[in-house]
Amino acid sequence: MISLKVNIEAVLLPAFSVICALLLFGLFVAIGGHSPVEVWILLFKGAFGDAFSIQNTMQRAAPLMMTALCVAIPARAGLTIIGGEGALVLGALACSALPYASDLPSNTTGTVLVLLSASIAGGLWIGLAGWMRQFRGINETISSLLLAYVAINVFRHFVEGPMRDPSSLNKPSTYPLEATQLVGTIGSWDVHWGFAWGVLMCICAGVWLAFTSNGFSTRVVGGNPRAAGLVGLPTSRLVISACVLGGACAGLAGGFEVAAVHTSANAAVIAGLGYAGILVSFVARHQPWAVIPVAILFGGFGAAGSMLQRRMGLPDASIQVLLGFAFVFILAMESLHGRIDWRKLFSGMKLSAKAQLV
Amino acid sequence: MHQPNWNRRQWILNSSAIGAGLITSGLPGLVSAQSPLTVGFIYVGPRDDYGYNQAHAESAAALKKMPGIKVVEEENVAETQAVQKSMQGMITQDGASLLFPTSFGYFDPHILAVAPKNEKVRFAHCGGLWTEGKHPKNAASYFGYIDEGQYLNGVIAGHMSKSKKIGFIAAKPIPQVLRNINAFTMGARSVDPNITTTVIFTGDWSLPVKEAEATNSMADQGVDVFTMHVDSPKVIVETAARRGKFVCGYHANQSKLAPGAYLTGAEWNWIKAVTVMVDAAKSGKPHPNFVRGGLKDGFIKTSAYGSMVSEAARKNADNIKAQMIKGSFDIFKGELKDNTGKTVIAKGAAFKQTAIELESMNYLVEGVIGKI
Repeated sequence: MISLKVNIEAVLLPAFSVICALLLFGLFVAIGGHSPVEVWILLFKGAFGDAFSIQNTMQRAAPLMMTALCVAIPARAGLTIIGGEGALVLGALACSALPYASDLPSNTTGTVLVLLSASIAGGLWIGLAGWMRQFRGINETISSLLLAYVAINVFRHFVEGPMRDPSSLNKPSTYPLEATQLVGTIGSWDVHWGFAWGVLMCICAGVWLAFTSNGFSTRVVGGNPRAAGLVGLPTSRLVISACVLGGACAGLAGGFEVAAVHTSANAAVIAGLGYAGILVSFVARHQPWAVIPVAILFGGFGAAGSMLQRRMGLPDASIQVLLGFAFVFILAMESLHGRIDWRKLFSGMKLSAKAQLV
Repeated sequence: MHQPNWNRRQWILNSSAIGAGLITSGLPGLVSAQSPLTVGFIYVGPRDDYGYNQAHAESAAALKKMPGIKVVEEENVAETQAVQKSMQGMITQDGASLLFPTSFGYFDPHILAVAPKNEKVRFAHCGGLWTEGKHPKNAASYFGYIDEGQYLNGVIAGHMSKSKKIGFIAAKPIPQVLRNINAFTMGARSVDPNITTTVIFTGDWSLPVKEAEATNSMADQGVDVFTMHVDSPKVIVETAARRGKFVCGYHANQSKLAPGAYLTGAEWNWIKAVTVMVDAAKSGKPHPNFVRGGLKDGFIKTSAYGSMVSEAARKNADNIKAQMIKGSFDIFKGELKDNTGKTVIAKGAAFKQTAIELESMNYLVEGVIGKI
């Protein structure tokens, strides 16, 4: 029963937060002189209104799922990693660097290899932050963020220096991957396979944490590392492997950015997708399964923001305001988890309904 | 709040009625003079950045005033799949048949991915990347020779600098930027060959903190006239003014930010290029794939001189400007040495602005203190 209640709250509270945010946003645009109803309709249309909008939303959600896992998985082991951007850009770099190192088959095997190198690079980078925390006592939140800056500069150095394609004059880039190694779209949908991989990884991460003994151990470490140590769990190994897994997810996001979108590594990859993943993970309360709908919601905000700008001429900042509202509500509702007496609430609603009837 | 398109709300209310018109405007061949042409503009940063994006947004604003045109805009669109979706959204959801994705990084791979899927839609990209035979026919590029404006900036700076040290804050050492640094330096040194230009590369197009630091550190070193090539010159203009130094603008007009320090500026006048594309789309003529122009063609303009600019400086600059407009002035001509002493343009050789050699510039001319 308790787990049912927890699950209901896990869905209802964030949904209620988003509704509150939308209502408040309606008030906000009304003050600006726009019709809130019109804005709400456009928001829905832009995010989920037709096939194009849904594909738009899914496409935007794809990298967010993977970068959110870079926060969520280490968070379950008790770490706050916010440097997923670093793993993403190094993943992108490694993905485009592999063809420099060796001749790759120009087929799906080549694609798998470049993506694999992307996730290894990302995994090692965040693993480093985990290692520094376990063995050198360095705060992982700060170190992972600083490592992200280092990664971005390493990326720039190689892209604009040794790995630069000389024909990329005004937009320094690496040599593009071969066309046969690029990642395509899912069937006739204009959404690349990164989306499917993101969903798959969220499900796998969720299953691992919920149903395997290794995942359980990781959660125990996250709950109380000293207790975990006392019962004989290999704390450091679990923490570092959670970091490596998370980093590998963000690295793969970078790999997909190159192999499915940009074709080569260039500064456009540094678009803040890693930082956006932090928000997604926190809103999903670091639950890998919840990351999927939350990332889609965020993708939807992006798609809706695009529509809102085009149709109503509202500035880009307006969708940021909506996002801000949503966050404040979601974080405020956090404190309500486990504190609502649903039975009382419902009987109260029944009473008031009766009163209205009378 | 910045709300430039307020009255379009009325338009939205009637969108269902106009919707039918939009669908037909998706077929440029069938467009008659009456049915509205929907034109989309996409910017990489904010529309009011006093820089690159504002220069483009100004052309969109001018275009809106023309009859039979509907403009849809989107700002802060990253050079990722986001821009592909924005382009496609403008096409499928708003019925746009002519798009101006203005950021340099939008072209490859984004326009190249979306254009072949939408053969009836025209794409006009700013930056000069379109190549005959290599890129789709429904894509095009337009660009301007703004180094002419930077040369004139340099002439004014050369007259106004007392320390004989002028400064250039640049994003990246890429050909377009190097060409501006060189033109600015040569303009200043045409006034006084002892002048040197100090260059700082910040590393990316929009790094306000680094830009402010660069301005301050150069001011500490005695630089007294600044110019720049970054997306938004706002921070540099304001910082230089606060330090009591002069500044020459870039991209758009920044004189409002620092009326007491703003000497002049090199500005884009994109509406000229935009009109070429729009006229062709309206009349159903082939898409003009390769559009270029400088001062002569009105693609670029210079900001009005600040009141502190001396009479001699104005006269000299106006004189060179008149020659540029006549087409009798070449900025890059031999003998030209780079700042390591190597000859980069042989004696007697001169490059017209259209010369393709200038588009792969990889040197800093004599008088520039800095390294690529």
